[in-house]
Amino acid sequence: MAEIKRNTNKIEISDGLLIPDRNENGLFSAWRISFFGALLILLGLIVFSPEPYFEIIKFIPDGLFNTFLVTISSIFFAMIIGLFTGLGRISRNPLINGIANIYVEVIRGIPLLVQLFYIYYALGKFIQVPSIIAAIIAMAVCYGAYIGEIFRAGIASISKGQMEAALSLGLSRPQAIRKIIIPQTLKVVLPPLGNEFIALLKDSSLVSILAVADILRRGREFASNSFQYFETYTLIALIYLVLTLFLSRMVGIMEERMKNAR
Amino acid sequence: MQDNIVVIKNAKKTFHVKSSDGSRKLLHAVNNVSLEIKKGEVVFVIGPSGSGKSTLLRCVNRLETLTSGEILVDNKSVTHPESDIREIREEVGMVFQQFNLFPHLTVLKNITLSPITVKKISREEAEKNAIALLKRVGLEEKKDAFPEELSGGQQQRVAIARSLAMNPKVMLFDEPTSALDPEMVKEVLDVMLDLAKEGMTMMIVSHEMGFARNAADTIILMDNGEIVEKGTPDQIFNNSTEERTRQFLKHVL
Ligand SMILES: Nc1ncnc2c1ncn2[C@@H]1O[C@H](COP(=O)(O)OP(=O)(O)O)[C@@H](O)[C@H]1O
Ligand SMILES: [Mg+2]
Repeated sequence: MAEIKRNTNKIEISDGLLIPDRNENGLFSAWRISFFGALLILLGLIVFSPEPYFEIIKFIPDGLFNTFLVTISSIFFAMIIGLFTGLGRISRNPLINGIANIYVEVIRGIPLLVQLFYIYYALGKFIQVPSIIAAIIAMAVCYGAYIGEIFRAGIASISKGQMEAALSLGLSRPQAIRKIIIPQTLKVVLPPLGNEFIALLKDSSLVSILAVADILRRGREFASNSFQYFETYTLIALIYLVLTLFLSRMVGIMEERMKNAR
Repeated sequence: MQDNIVVIKNAKKTFHVKSSDGSRKLLHAVNNVSLEIKKGEVVFVIGPSGSGKSTLLRCVNRLETLTSGEILVDNKSVTHPESDIREIREEVGMVFQQFNLFPHLTVLKNITLSPITVKKISREEAEKNAIALLKRVGLEEKKDAFPEELSGGQQQRVAIARSLAMNPKVMLFDEPTSALDPEMVKEVLDVMLDLAKEGMTMMIVSHEMGFARNAADTIILMDNGEIVEKGTPDQIFNNSTEERTRQFLKHVL
């Protein structure tokens, strides 16, 4: 039977002997050791050494809230920007195509930290927005470009015949994109998107520099009052580790689900 | 004129191609082709690889736009820039070499998608029609399967059913059996033969010469973008007047 070659940008791991399955080591997989290890240390510190660790924990919840707020809002807007950027990158309209291409090139060429400064301080000269809004805008604009590239690659991996079949059945181009191309693209882009989400969660710590009171910022405030730098940053590192490992597992589970459910 | 479903007048399709030395040149993929297909006629297009068969077929539902000339389907212009191509595509079914089923949809949804989306038929009625069509191609029990769970021959039969669901007036086939293992060719050809018997107008690019001999009303031989010869199977296979036709047939038979 003829194989229809798709998803050629995805590496399929064969059932060769040399590469152990990610989940093969059961109880002692790297993920489990890291996740539960971090969780245990975190709880242990709080329970057995409440002074200062419990004090730090009590200080941090609004930081946690702000980190989540920035991360989730940025992911939401970055996905929307990314989807349109990806569509723009494959558009036949030279204007739309040009705008999307330039956006990606420019944004990818500027460090996120500089973009944060730029939107808050430089553009702040013309419009002043609360620092958390500036942070979300900067993160969404930055990650929108990266996610746009993921969508572009995902759409490009769908064979040309899919669009042709949809068109010859009488669907319009927008209908074909909505019903045929995007659903297939979502499946292909989920793993790389998951990685972006995790990267974004970590990068959200950069917004502390704009005085957004996220986890890191709250930690810094605590440390500079108490001079307990070691204890504070140990706790912060553990919190980030637990969060990112948890998120990466969620993404992994979703991937499995998608694979099985189509 | 009235009973012509497809009319192709002086069709020309030119591609700009880059040759190996970097220079751009014009490639006349379809060169001055004129052809009329009557209602119920089964036309086979044969010829060497690269002779423009696929391009000609793809111009009929405007997957490729003609460079010059005109194509009418059911008296409606395909090529006029202002004509509603979607309306015409509803009447022209197309079956591809690579099947192009939608891998994220079940067999049933593959078939009902377009009737529901384009023709605004109710889901119930669309599903009823789809199941009747699946019966016709012998795949009723596969309605909830996904394409990748089917053999190539089964996928191609679903693809035919999917096209038929739009009630087309013409069906285009571009090498429908070329991607199939030999043992699956027959099941697809049988479905096509049934269609022909029921009076479907068909334009078929195929290398299955035995099938062409049985099913064709008309055979067209293309070479270099031009129609070299046109005739009944008997004329083409047994009494060809063209040297190029005899040469080609010697290669494939
Ligand atoms: N999209 C395209 N761009 C450039 N050249 C093309 C394109 N499609 C087809 N061609 C060229 O047009 C010629 C006819 O192609 P095709 O219609 O596919 O031939 P056939 O189906 O008879 O093998 C070939 O030389 C092919 O390389
Ligand atoms: Mg071809």
